[in-house]
Amino acid sequence: MVQHDIVIIGGGPAGMAAAVAAYDNGVKDVVILDREEDLGGILRQCIHNGFGLHKLGQELTGPEYAAVYKEKVKERGIKVFYESTVTAVSPDKIVTARNREGILKIQAKAVILAMGCRERSRGALNTPGTRPAGVYSAGTAQKLMNCEGYMVGKKVVILGSGDIGLIMARRMSLEGAKVEAVCEILPYSGGLNRNIVQCLEDYGIPLYLNTTVAEIHGTKRVEGVTIAQVDANRNIIEETKRYIDCDTLLLSVGLIPENELTREAGIAISPVTSGALVDENCQTSIEGIFACGNVLQVHDLVDYVSDEAERAGIGAVSYVLGENKGSISVATKAGKGVRYVLPQTVHTDSGKDTALFLRVTEPFGKVRFTVTSGDEILATAQRLKAAPGEMEKLIIPAEKLARVKEEIVVTLDELN
Amino acid sequence: MKYDVLIAGAGVTGAMAARELSRYQLSVCLLEKENDVACGASKANSGIVHGGFDPEPGTLKAKLNAEGIGLLYEAAAQLHVPCKQNGSMVCAFGAEEEPAIDELYQRGLQNGIGSMAILSGDEARKLEPNLSEAITKVLHIPAAGIICPYDLTIAAVGNAMDNGVELKRNFEIDKIDCVDGFVVTSTEGEQVEGRYFLNCAGNHADEVAELIGDRFYDIIPRAGEYMLLDKAEGSRVSHTIFQVPSKEGKGILVSPTVDGNLLCGPTAAKVAGPEHNETTNGGLAIVQRLAAKSVPSVNFRQVITSFTGVRSSEKNGDFIIEESKKQKGFIHVAAIDSPGLTSCVAVAKYALNILKESGLELVEKENWDGSREDTHAFRKMNDEEKDAFIKANPTYGKIVCRCETVSEGEIRDAIRRNPQAWDIDSVKRRTRSGMGRCQGGFCSPYVMKLIAEELGIPMEQVSKNGKGSEPLLGKL
Repeated sequence: MVQHDIVIIGGGPAGMAAAVAAYDNGVKDVVILDREEDLGGILRQCIHNGFGLHKLGQELTGPEYAAVYKEKVKERGIKVFYESTVTAVSPDKIVTARNREGILKIQAKAVILAMGCRERSRGALNTPGTRPAGVYSAGTAQKLMNCEGYMVGKKVVILGSGDIGLIMARRMSLEGAKVEAVCEILPYSGGLNRNIVQCLEDYGIPLYLNTTVAEIHGTKRVEGVTIAQVDANRNIIEETKRYIDCDTLLLSVGLIPENELTREAGIAISPVTSGALVDENCQTSIEGIFACGNVLQVHDLVDYVSDEAERAGIGAVSYVLGENKGSISVATKAGKGVRYVLPQTVHTDSGKDTALFLRVTEPFGKVRFTVTSGDEILATAQRLKAAPGEMEKLIIPAEKLARVKEEIVVTLDELN
Repeated sequence: MKYDVLIAGAGVTGAMAARELSRYQLSVCLLEKENDVACGASKANSGIVHGGFDPEPGTLKAKLNAEGIGLLYEAAAQLHVPCKQNGSMVCAFGAEEEPAIDELYQRGLQNGIGSMAILSGDEARKLEPNLSEAITKVLHIPAAGIICPYDLTIAAVGNAMDNGVELKRNFEIDKIDCVDGFVVTSTEGEQVEGRYFLNCAGNHADEVAELIGDRFYDIIPRAGEYMLLDKAEGSRVSHTIFQVPSKEGKGILVSPTVDGNLLCGPTAAKVAGPEHNETTNGGLAIVQRLAAKSVPSVNFRQVITSFTGVRSSEKNGDFIIEESKKQKGFIHVAAIDSPGLTSCVAVAKYALNILKESGLELVEKENWDGSREDTHAFRKMNDEEKDAFIKANPTYGKIVCRCETVSEGEIRDAIRRNPQAWDIDSVKRRTRSGMGRCQGGFCSPYVMKLIAEELGIPMEQVSKNGKGSEPLLGKL
């Protein structure tokens, strides 16, 4: 068995940024394991722009954003195992992977989980109907188009208004496909507002809210779908059913953090984020195992993935070097209007300003977030609007955090 | 050439008949209208080795179910098809349903089922803690089991082919001329000739019978909807849990599968034709409600796919296995619905006996080999064995399907080995690639590339399940 100080599982944006941060903060023996033949993860198929505005101060495509980090990994001589799929992580940090050379076992001092997420499939939706060719998850269609160079459909209906679905609506339109409709079962889109404008409105593609695909038709290939409006309980309203002729159905109905390895290692998972429960250094319930990026929580912007991964990288360095990151911790809690708060625990004696990340339960207009512990207000922030699709960040100053004794609660109040 | 025996339909019945015939010095051709074997009811059923208490005593079903259990376990072992004797439980909910348990017990005795026990609800819950508190009496059949029906069909056809049987796919029978045997013409105009004809055409058996003017039965296609759950739910129960037939329906079971998932279903709805294999809102709701009645804690958020199988029933409710009274040498093997999977080897042997009585000479081959290599050997290895195997076969080190941990080597083998996988669904049934929680989201582009490469065809010609189901519509 070989030994390395920090082993990073996944070479997407999270894994790369974590590796670079770990290296730059004092641990040189860092390795990345990735299942693909190149670094970059899903960014490799995201050929649209909009990446890097916050983090790099420029607007890049996915492959360009990935290239920035690939270069950093390369410059530092960080070892990458390509086409190496991790099949197990043990609680004592033995990482087992498989590649064309055999089974690789690495004893790590610290492990950073950066496996990303997967798309919800048709099966998970229980959409009735037949099972023909031409039903794709949006990301699969994106890969086939952008990486392999094939057309996946000509008359398209998209179910779900997640960002990948919106991006694919534009992508397919640009390649000459007719996108007949984007259907969203919720009363609002889960995608970024900029994508609704730039990917649907600019192309005249209708977005139907409170609407779902009620049935899939076609024996060999999709021949059409029946769409229908839903009531407040998301039950189909029969009289609103209508048939749309199409050859392709794309699904953009949510992303699920890929935490199979995490679960098997015995790490505690949040039922809300479907990612590990972590502290402000992204450390999981097993000491020395960290998680970052979309395997921890589904992000809307890669820039924030990189930020989070840097915290995980630095956290792993501190763990390997035996530095004290604080010993007193309190839990955080999502209060009114807030779906979740991450990290789920915070060290009060870290001596650092600490960021909380959260998502709201539904779209709001003008709101104020309040972070409290007992009677004390730790932070407040106002927003002109808040939406579930956009992650919020609130900072608790170190000196206020030091006085905290009780659970930290984040609540939202609507302002008129 | 003129084959000794033609078999119509490569479902589990036709597959087992082909394998049984391959023991003898005969030329055999298996005709299948789809792009793969096991494309009808054999790919979408409960995968249960039935205990044998259910069929009406005295019927062919009762006889062949009882005979078939042991034969099936034996064949599965030879073919390295995973099966598990997990036992089944039939559950009664309250005093009104309890007499049905005693009736089934008596019926089981008449059918010659050796080991059965009647348990109280509490006794059953000791064995199966997640059973509903409302269950008051249970029939326990330890001999019942689970098996993967398409795995069995594929293995049986593969083994038959290894022993000389020919498989013709995309051969949809259009016409049968009964001149000195049978001249069979496909819809594409291809012809094959045979001395004997086994009609194992499943849901289309009545149509095939009609082609020789002997349609004395009508197949009633009955759709059964299922929901398959993630392996995270796979240990919710260890036995196959049935309910006694009631007004609410019959036969919604909750069962682990040999692959470690949880299966719930089926409904039973008459449909207009076998092509009606769509799922419905109503059907899936019934599956959820009745499965939860037996096992309330099933977490339906873990559903990874739903599907419908269409079973071939007949009004008299029994298997039809007999020589045509109109055309000597034509054997009907029809209406093989439940317990058809359990009975498949017994059905094949029974049909063979009819062929023999009809004059087919059965001379055993000297070199017949009824065993098939274990196509799942790699996944069963420990890390050291895998390491050694990968060093000799590097493509086994490249994982293509991450959810089910399927390697490039396993997929390439599935495309090369009898019966070759020609499309994405065929690869899936052989390797489980695409059968996991992401349902092929990540691996399907890779699988398509491997199929294109192995078969030497362009990517655009790679199909999901045969012509007309190509996912790609051209190059950009």
